[in-house]
Parts: sequence; structure tokens; C-alpha cells
Amino acid sequence: MTNITEKLELFEVFVRSKRGLDHKHVGSLHAEDHEQALEYARDCYTRRSEGVSIWVVKSADICASQEDDADCFYDPSDDKPYRHATYYVLPDPVNNM
Amino acid sequence: MTPQEENFMRKIEAEEKIEPKDWMPEAYRKNLIRQISQHAHSEVIGMQPEGNWITRAPSLRRKAVLLSKVQDEAGHGLYLYSACETLGISRSEMIEQLQTGKAKYSSIFNYPTLTWADVGAIGWLVDGAAIVNQVSLQRTSYGPYSRGMIRICKEESFHQRQGYEAMLALAKGSPEQKAMAQDALNRFYWPALMMFGPHDSESAHSQKSMEWKIKRETNDDLRQKFVDQTVKQIEVLGLEHPDKNIKWNEERGHYDSSDLNWDEFWSVINGNGHCNRQRIEHHVAAHDEGEWVRDAISAYNEKKRAKKAQNAA
Amino acid sequence: MSDQIKDAIQEYATRLGDDSVVLGHRISEWVSYGPFLEEDIAYGNVSLDYIGRARMFYTYAAELANDGRDEDDFAYMRNDREYRNLLLMEMPKGDFAYSQVRQLFADVYYTLLLPELLQSKDETLSAIAAKAIKETKYHLRRSRDWVLRLGDGTEESHKRTQKAVDQLWGYTHELFDMDDTEQLLADEGIGVDVSKLRDAWLKMVSDILTEATLTVPEDSWAVRGGRTGYHTENLGHMLTEMQIVHRSHPGCKW
Repeated sequence: MTNITEKLELFEVFVRSKRGLDHKHVGSLHAEDHEQALEYARDCYTRRSEGVSIWVVKSADICASQEDDADCFYDPSDDKPYRHATYYVLPDPVNNM
Repeated sequence: MTPQEENFMRKIEAEEKIEPKDWMPEAYRKNLIRQISQHAHSEVIGMQPEGNWITRAPSLRRKAVLLSKVQDEAGHGLYLYSACETLGISRSEMIEQLQTGKAKYSSIFNYPTLTWADVGAIGWLVDGAAIVNQVSLQRTSYGPYSRGMIRICKEESFHQRQGYEAMLALAKGSPEQKAMAQDALNRFYWPALMMFGPHDSESAHSQKSMEWKIKRETNDDLRQKFVDQTVKQIEVLGLEHPDKNIKWNEERGHYDSSDLNWDEFWSVINGNGHCNRQRIEHHVAAHDEGEWVRDAISAYNEKKRAKKAQNAA
Repeated sequence: MSDQIKDAIQEYATRLGDDSVVLGHRISEWVSYGPFLEEDIAYGNVSLDYIGRARMFYTYAAELANDGRDEDDFAYMRNDREYRNLLLMEMPKGDFAYSQVRQLFADVYYTLLLPELLQSKDETLSAIAAKAIKETKYHLRRSRDWVLRLGDGTEESHKRTQKAVDQLWGYTHELFDMDDTEQLLADEGIGVDVSKLRDAWLKMVSDILTEATLTVPEDSWAVRGGRTGYHTENLGHMLTEMQIVHRSHPGCKW
């Protein structure tokens, strides 16, 4: 048995479903290069006109935060409620500010 | 329990999803790989019985519908391989496990498709049963699997509807067409029920999978759902129900039905179906024949890179 | 519209429908046989485009015939001697190189033909061309890339691809043949004068083959006959399979 799809690289696929919306991660696929990855993304992830724009990124190029980093990454913002609009109590007549 | 395990179980209990980079028990990972890859293989092997009729579809409309349906199965296989790869197993490893028999796929695809009506019966019953299972799996605890399922469910309802519509055309057609539809129903009804797996008491992986919320409902509960929903559908077709013991049970609020032929179930799983060997051989043959193409791609890519490097220098 | 022209358009639409259904069928034979999953899905899309085209051309032919026939009567109730597709389309699927080379030849052909058909005075033919142009743009991108990869890939892929080019070359000449029917329509501004496309086709194909390190064959042989129903032996088998269920149940709905 031969190693197969590892001859091809793994790409992550992001699709913008409508103009004005962000690209959203939809899955991954194997392809030779970026061009082929784009074409396959079109065929594999937008068979029902789900997109108006596609991004492909080599999976190996993604740098992801680790769960272990969660404490130092996200907890420090927990004690900064003053960054949120709801922190400020205003009189009713002007509260839709 | 280690703090890691506690943290993991806390997330499971709070209905939070487990994501690829999270710590997870090795057994959870293995269990997921087994289930997701089996699911992926089923989609891919599932292309064959229906693909068997693409070149013989009786109208251009049916040909286009069937082709896009089988193509969707390939797409679903891709989504699932993609979800499984986030667990640290490569697609080639999964394919090797499929081809060597180490990984299973749904036994339903070891039944032959003998007439055009089988295409209708598969879309209606087999995809119908799959949807019942997959709707439940949208709430599975592993994030990528859950998202894959949501995507697949969205596409799958077309599969069941086109199958039922094809059956309807046959059931309302000529006597020969109707007989073809009845025959297909008779052959695929029972194997479709078996798709939900053995009774919960006999299922090797059920308990742990439920605890980890990989599976959200039991085999028997899901099967009951399918039995219940199918009665009316058979009636609308004007076909005879293959189960002579089907009977509404007011007290349970469900239909009572015959027990399944579990000997046949285990026999097909263990390799004695009509098509077990054929399905794997087909997959191996296509895969081996594709080898030189995949080789060509990497050779071409290699040359292109070398050229680029040379131009840059 | 004179009866003569109407008949000619019906014949023309049937021919283009035959080309589409036969090629679409051949591509559909690849489902579950692709070299990897992504390609299986992608090639299926190409097949769907062709089957869609066939339905549009046949529906138009049936409308002009106005004798109660529909698209399926055109596809399923005509024998191989009545089929008018180009021989190139009916050649078997062969290996992946063979199919992609055939695809390249066809895609370049349609890349040149469809913009002309778009100019047709016949609104239906023009509308079908408008839809098909977009599809073909994508098809050509794929088949061109495949021929480049396979031609300039490994020794084996190069050999297979060159062999496919050599084996299929002789079937490409009739792509540019005109007969009275097509000449009449071309003169009327309805059909395409394909004889004028040959040079551009040769240039585009030669450029791609050369870039793929492949040799452009000499024009030493040419097989013709598709447009008169004089087919290779392949079509009969293909239609036997394609039509078996439909014909076994005459007059039935599906």
C-alpha cells in the first residue's frame, strides 16, 4: 500500500457566503497547490452556490493558540468590564446610546 | 481523575464542544476516530451501489439528480475525513484501514442494487435512516464532527426526497414499475433498520459513546423513530409494508414491529454479504489506478518549485 | 422562419445535444473511479454541466419538432445510427490521461465555438451558449492544468498522455467539418462556421501540449462520420447501457 494523499498538501477552506459577511471556515481538503486547492474548494464546498469568495490556506501555515494558553490569553480580559458598553449605567431616556 | 480529565468532563457535562487542540482522553480520541472514519468510509463506499445506476438512469433528469447525489456522498466523505484528520490521523491511514478491513463501513452498502427502483429505495430508506442518525449527531460533543454533521444534514434532505420521489413515480406507474418498487422496498427495508446497529445491550461502544456524548441517542431509540416515520410514507406510496407485524401501540405511542434477523446482520458484517469483496476491490482498484496520477502531481509540483527557486536565484 | 431553416435548427440542436449527452455520459463513468476524492467530486460537476446542456438542446429540438417528443425521446429512443455526435465524444473513458486529453480537445473547441454561438440570431441557441460559456471557462482551466501536470509529471504520466494525444488526434479533424445543414445555418447567422475555428484551436492546443512537454502529432490520419451517424463501435455499447431501463418500459414515466 502506498502513501497517497500525503503527496498532496492539506488546505483549510474559508468561504464568504454573501458580500458583506466574513469568510467562515468550512473544512479542509487535499490539493497540489493553492490554485488547485481553490478549484477543489469550489467543487467540494460550494456545490449549492454557498459562496461568493473563497480563501484557502495551507493547514501547516496556521498558527493556533493552545488550550493551555487560555489562562494567560483570555482570563486577563475577564476583569475589565469597563470595556463593555453595559458597564455604564445611563438614565433611561438616553440609554439607547 | 486528573485535573485534565476533570476539565474535559466538565466541558462534556456543560454541553461545551471539544475542539481539536483541546486535551482529550486517548480513548475518546480513538472512539471518535473509529466512529468518524467509519462514517466517512460509509459515504465513500456508498457511492458504489448507487453509482452502479448512473449510466443506466432512465431519464436525463434522473441521471443528473443521481449523479449529483452520488457526488454529494463523495463530498460528505470529504467533510468527514476532514473532521477526522483534526484528530491526528491522515486520510491515507484511514484509507489503508478501510482497504485492509481494519476499519468498517456501514453494512447496508454490501447489499446489491439490482433494479432502478433500488436507487429510489436507497435514497428514501437508507438516506432516511442515515438522516435520523445524523440529526442526532449534530449535537455530538466533538466540534468538527458536529459541524460536519450540520453541513451534511442540510444537504441530505435532498437525498431522501429525490429517492422518495423516484419511488413515487414507480409506485404510481405501470404494474411492472410498481412491482419493481415493492421488490426494492422488501429488500432494503430490513437492512435499513439494521443500520442503527445492534440492540443497545449488544453494542460494544454504545455506553462509553453516550457518556462522552459522542452519541446522543441510543440505537434502539433512533431505530424506533425511523420505524414510526416510515409507516405513513409506505402508505402514501400505496405499497405493502414489508413487516406484517407492524402495529400501532397506543400505550407506548410507537409502532410495534418484528425483531430483526440479527444472524443476517452479523453475517453481512462479517463479510458474507453479496458485495463485501466487490466494494473493497473496487475501492482498491480505483485507488491503485490513481497512483500514477498522484505521482504525476507531486513530480510536477516538485519541478515547478525547483523552477521557481531557480528563477529567484 | 422557413421550414427548411426550422428543420436545420432542429437537426443542429440535436447534434449539439448528442455531443453533450455522450461526453457527459463518458465523464459520469468516472464517478467513484477518480484518482482521489476531491477529483471525483470536481469531475462530476463537469459531467453535470454537459448533461444540463444536453437537456437544453434536446428540449429545444423537441420544441421545434413539435411532434409530442420530449428531451428523453431524443436521448433514449434514438439508435446509434441516428445519433449525430462527434466521434471524439464517444471514445471510451480510457485512463485518466486519455479522458483529460479528450477533455482538453473538447474544452478548447467549446471555448472557440460558444462565443460564436452566443452571437446566433436564434435566441434559444444564444441563451444556451451564454450559460455554457461560463461552464467551459472553468472546464478548460481544469483540463489544461491536468494536461500540464500529466504531460510534465513523471515518465509514466508523460507516456500515457502522449499516447492519448496520439490516439485521439485523428478524431479531432471532423470537429471542423461543415455540411449543407451547418453551412445553411452559418450563412443565416444562426449556426457557427466551425471550419473557421480550426486554426485557433490548433494554436491553443499546440501551445498547451508544448508547455506540457508533449509533441503535437502530424496530421497523418483522420476518422470522420459522427455527423452522419457513421460511428465507432463504442457508441452502440454506450447507448445499450444508457437506454436499457428506459426502453424496457415503453411509455413509462420516471
